Amino acid sequence: MTRIDKTFADLRQRRETALIPFLTAGDPDIATTAALIRTLVRHGADLIELGVPFSDPMADGPTIQAASERALAAGTTVKKVLQLVAEVRSDCQVPLVLMGYYNPIFRYGAERFAEDAAGAGVDGLLLVDLPPEEVDEISTVMQQAKIALITLLAPTTPLDRMRRLAAAAEGYLYYVSMTGVTGAQKISPDDIRVAVEELKKMSSVPVGVGFGITTVKDARAVGAFADGVVVGSALVKIIADYAQSDELLPRVGQFIAELKQGLVEPVG
Amino acid sequence: MSYQYPDERGHFGQYGGRYVAETLMPALLELEQAYAEAREDPAFKEEFDYYLKHYVGRPSPLYYARRLSEELGGAKIYLKREDLNHTGAHKVNNTVGQILLARRMGKKKVIAETGAGQHGVATATVAALFDMQCEIFMGKEDIRRQALNVFRMKLLGAKVHEVTSGTATLKDAMNDALRHWVTHVRDTFYIIGTVAGPHPYPLLVRDFQSVIGTEARQQLQEAEGRLPDVAIACIGGGSNAMGLFYPFINDESVRLLGVEAAGLGIDTDKHAASISAGAPGVLHGNKTYLLQDEDGQINHAHSISAGLDYPGVGPEHAHLQDIGRAEYVSITDAEALEAFQKLTRVEGIIPALESAHAIAQVMKLAPTLTKEQLLLVCLSGRGDKDIHTVADALGVTF
Repeated sequence: MTRIDKTFADLRQRRETALIPFLTAGDPDIATTAALIRTLVRHGADLIELGVPFSDPMADGPTIQAASERALAAGTTVKKVLQLVAEVRSDCQVPLVLMGYYNPIFRYGAERFAEDAAGAGVDGLLLVDLPPEEVDEISTVMQQAKIALITLLAPTTPLDRMRRLAAAAEGYLYYVSMTGVTGAQKISPDDIRVAVEELKKMSSVPVGVGFGITTVKDARAVGAFADGVVVGSALVKIIADYAQSDELLPRVGQFIAELKQGLVEPVG
Repeated sequence: MSYQYPDERGHFGQYGGRYVAETLMPALLELEQAYAEAREDPAFKEEFDYYLKHYVGRPSPLYYARRLSEELGGAKIYLKREDLNHTGAHKVNNTVGQILLARRMGKKKVIAETGAGQHGVATATVAALFDMQCEIFMGKEDIRRQALNVFRMKLLGAKVHEVTSGTATLKDAMNDALRHWVTHVRDTFYIIGTVAGPHPYPLLVRDFQSVIGTEARQQLQEAEGRLPDVAIACIGGGSNAMGLFYPFINDESVRLLGVEAAGLGIDTDKHAASISAGAPGVLHGNKTYLLQDEDGQINHAHSISAGLDYPGVGPEHAHLQDIGRAEYVSITDAEALEAFQKLTRVEGIIPALESAHAIAQVMKLAPTLTKEQLLLVCLSGRGDKDIHTVADALGVTF
């Protein structure tokens, strides 16, 4: 059983929803990211999406764009992100999914990346701009390396396409909660509920929901019906606000603990 | 065997494709379907031809540049006068085609990215013509360089978004246009200005711009009774070049020559020559040659010409380079400026700085050819918009 499967299985037994924080690797620097990951895990993160920074993050809003810029300015590379994963993996078994854009992986070489990522302890890969139409060019090497390719589904995805993609999904499905960029606007949990409940019927893997979940209240509302809740921009904003402060880790820890609390006893 | 690209998945060899977020994928599939139907519909072609003739003013003249040919002392030079189109550049051929498609699909809002502002003006123009809401994304740096075009777009009723992210030029304008499209994809049609982006854009923009090469081919037949020896065009994303090249693609005797912007030189880090000095990668929905570092981060492009200031190139050009059907060279800012002045002085035609890159290559190539050889050049736009940039570069203040 993979780390991702085991994590969701354990959570299901405990009747908890997975808390999936997203943060950009290398923001503000690689060493701080390592400390942040440990803090996230200590305060209740169940799975972590680690952003690989890219110069042109077309699906991201201003908060994560800025985080990417800071990470690149601090000298973050794919190689350093993999070293970070290996370091964290030495004392931590949380599933780690790398999230980002295809070009840095393409440039690194998909085969070499799969090998190095598996060696470092990466569990999954989520590439925003590599839709099912193009994923063939990396799926074989990722499968061989046992790295799950996480599929995104959107509110615009037609039903038959959703059914086809859900049937072929690995790890978990990532349902994009609104048509927009990350962190952009308020979500409507009622609309999301309809789509996610439909999706859960089609899918053999758990369904996570992300984009636009910024508050404890949002997380609790979505957590009531989803298998996992992704919180990105709201966390990245705290990291940006306290990057130079001693309060960084305590603030992040407190935010994560509050989010997790809302997911332990799901309402409804 | 005849040339048949892209394939049904939008690939030109290893290039092209649809590298976009899932949210946009259904919109692209819908567009592909709508365009496949429009392409087969005689009524669509008739409507497109009608507006090209009566609104754009086509066919554009093919002009024999006698004085330039004589001064350079080699080949006979023919200029395909896209600068004489309504709005002053080739861009309008494509925006007419796409807005007719948008209307056919029932969309009421259009968006576009723009670099020099020519595509923004051409989009705002057809949006006014067909009474559609129009929003244009333009880099802050380009807004400064092209203030006249910005005002023009506003007069035409468009809302212009100033893009401040990244390098604040065309690449970043395209990022923000894509972000806006993701957010408003249900009712908004994205009019991409060049033969780049996700499939089917490289295909449909090429089709709409092919009127350039189709007309030039016939006009040159009438004037000289034969095909050109060389067809030359400047390349940013590469739409005027693709429009010129495509109707000659199966004529192996016609040399196809694309001219990229070498900026301060391709051995510096200030240029926009993606094919000459870049490497394959994925950006803005397609796989193509890109200016990037070894970690796959996109580099800043530079050119004196805002329209060429882009770190990528249309995927079909990447493919034509790899299969050797077209050749790609580059021209520096300084060479383009010299060509800008040369054409202005000897022919009384002020070219866009983009087109001046093609003219500069003509100035290098023509003297090496014989007087019987024919050089066909796409004069993609007029230079009024560049007067301030040129004055700055020449040290003139008003």
